[in-house]
Amino acid sequence: MILRLLFLPVLVLACISTSACAALNVFATTPEWGALVTELGGDKVNVYIATNALQDPHHVEAKPSLVARARNADLMVATGAELEIGWVPLVVQQAGNPKLRPGQPGYFEATAFVPMLGKPARLDRSEGDVHPLGDPHIQTDPRNIARVAGPLAAKLAELDPANAAFYQSRYKAFDERWRAAMVRWEQQAAPLRDVPVVVQHKGFTYLVAWTGMKEVAALEPKPAVEPTVAYLSEVLATLQRQPAKMVIREAFQSDRPSRWIAERAKINIVVLPFTVGGDSEARDLFSLFDDTIARLLKGAQ
Amino acid sequence: MSTSHLASALVASALFATSAAACAATDSELAEIREQIRTLKDQYETRIRALENRLQAAEAVAPAASASAASSTSASASTSGASVSAGIAAFNPAISLVLQGTYANLSQDPARYTLAGFAKTPDLSPGRRGLGLGESELALSANVDDRFAGNLIVSLTPENAVSVEEAYGFMPSLPNGLVPKFGRFFSGIGYLNEQHQHAWDFVDAPLAYQAFLGGQFANDGLQLKWVAPSDQFLEFGAEVGNGDNFPGSARNRNGVGAGSVFVHTGGDIGASHSWRAGLSYLETRAGARAGTQLDTMGRLADVAFTGNSRTAIADFVWKYAPNGNTREGNFKVQGEYFLHRERGDLTYDATGALGLTQAGAYAANQSGWYLQGAWQFMPYWRVGARYDRLNPGRREFGANADLLDTGAFHPDRYTVMLDYTPSEFTRFRLQYAQSTTRLDVTDHQLFLQYILTLGAHGAHRF
Repeated sequence: MILRLLFLPVLVLACISTSACAALNVFATTPEWGALVTELGGDKVNVYIATNALQDPHHVEAKPSLVARARNADLMVATGAELEIGWVPLVVQQAGNPKLRPGQPGYFEATAFVPMLGKPARLDRSEGDVHPLGDPHIQTDPRNIARVAGPLAAKLAELDPANAAFYQSRYKAFDERWRAAMVRWEQQAAPLRDVPVVVQHKGFTYLVAWTGMKEVAALEPKPAVEPTVAYLSEVLATLQRQPAKMVIREAFQSDRPSRWIAERAKINIVVLPFTVGGDSEARDLFSLFDDTIARLLKGAQ
Repeated sequence: MSTSHLASALVASALFATSAAACAATDSELAEIREQIRTLKDQYETRIRALENRLQAAEAVAPAASASAASSTSASASTSGASVSAGIAAFNPAISLVLQGTYANLSQDPARYTLAGFAKTPDLSPGRRGLGLGESELALSANVDDRFAGNLIVSLTPENAVSVEEAYGFMPSLPNGLVPKFGRFFSGIGYLNEQHQHAWDFVDAPLAYQAFLGGQFANDGLQLKWVAPSDQFLEFGAEVGNGDNFPGSARNRNGVGAGSVFVHTGGDIGASHSWRAGLSYLETRAGARAGTQLDTMGRLADVAFTGNSRTAIADFVWKYAPNGNTREGNFKVQGEYFLHRERGDLTYDATGALGLTQAGAYAANQSGWYLQGAWQFMPYWRVGARYDRLNPGRREFGANADLLDTGAFHPDRYTVMLDYTPSEFTRFRLQYAQSTTRLDVTDHQLFLQYILTLGAHGAHRF
């Protein structure tokens, strides 16, 4: 009796909302994939971005808002490589939307299309919060964005065949612009080659590999383990033997460790946007790399 | 890795096949056979090595190949993304383990623990004094097939007993927001009820949970949840179960002993705030439900209740983290309000221990609530505070009025805690409570607790 009373108005609500949205509903776990879907899908997709650039994507809870959005999504675009392991499986399970389960056409994992770096040699929690499948922060290398864009466009076309030609043409246009931009970025970033840097969190593996910078040290003794003063002093000793130009951190990380080391080693602090929306300059994928390179060049001076 | 294993397996099977003949064979024949086996082994080893080399080469080019090939539409159908781990072990359930222990300093004897004016299940108490092991929890979960998934959570008690906390199957393959669950599970009523004890912000359950749900309400039965297809989170749930657990009891009857319905809603306000609120209703039947209750003489009398029990709960939780980034600091407030109604018969001194066994009609309308907050003021460190209060409400004991009508007394408790979480998998907690659950008796409770989580990465519940 009570049940019947409750279900009736909700069923009405359900009918309204499903007929209202004909476009493809996409649930993007992080801003960079949300931005890429927008580049490829234009107005044919409704993109919901589950996290913002100032959030640590490891530490997200299965919030009611995320469950509600996953309920209606046709496609989930995730980073994968266990970045979202703490919340995406629970969100999908609670939402009762089997389309988004791993292995289903509605689940897209960006790391499946990218050669992974930073696979730990030893798999043990005593090594900190390690990622067994490699460093999942693949978005810091523009070549990875290019690698993911093709399969993602194909995925949109697969789920929405009526607009397949639209996605394909947008992908072609994006790919052309992106490759031209990469040539420009690589020219601009040329002075960064072999520049020694310190990273706060080991989240820049791909950026370092792409630009050819030299990662001299990390401020976190182990992934996601906050540095102690004793450990920072060790890093400082390393820097005295092997000087670095700058210390790099993500916008959502605490500024304390990088400030501590920068003051003593007399090096620059560079706060990178890390993803779209990480600072006021990084408004989309193109400006994300424009801004990242500009900041690094400034820090290398 | 597999080369030597495979080769030795081949050798072993070859030896086995030839062993019957070998019994009668001469030394020269044996030598010949050995030589044949060695050649065979060498041949296979070279072949396997060649295969391994080819596999490695293929793996090296695979990412590049998939990236370029996938730009054509046909390529992406199979490459939908899940990372593949090899070997038989991939089919093993995910295993996780929670290890806990406490040091408790209690100013009152925990054996005399009671909630004055409320029926209490016999096993509820603040726990033992001194050093003690907490419940160790073992959880196994995996997909069963393309339709079902299963989950088992076993609790190993410090008294060396094993209890099945949860054991259920569910159907993540069902579309349209439907999530059915069956087996034994913590009911979806309230906010805290579905969470395991190691995920709580305090060592112990709120008094209202102790008084009205026996600590935490689990059911053997069936649950169906449905999430509405709206952008505002709206979830409806209904459960039926055997109702063996408090506030019901095992009745040796066919049919259903407990039923509940609940609704949850929630969302975000800006990037920094999120919330959830809910309403729940639970109805159970009890047959000679055993408990203890403080009588007018101050004795802990055994009582037995037969009748029906209805509980309504309103719950809310609100969480704040600047820009949604919980790492540097966050704040959380939660509260639940309980209304509890029982109608039936109550037998005083049910076990006859006092020689005063007597049955009487019983009716009670009671309530209780708690409000708590936890603040992470810097990475790893949180402080929290909680206030608990129970309202004995209106109770009619019929023939037992002289023995059990102890008058209006409001049990309450003040709790503060400090916890340190150096990684996602470790937590240490210091908790102090002033618990007044009997007239003029205040228990000063100090707890020191550790919680270690091993194995598969746990989920971040809201």
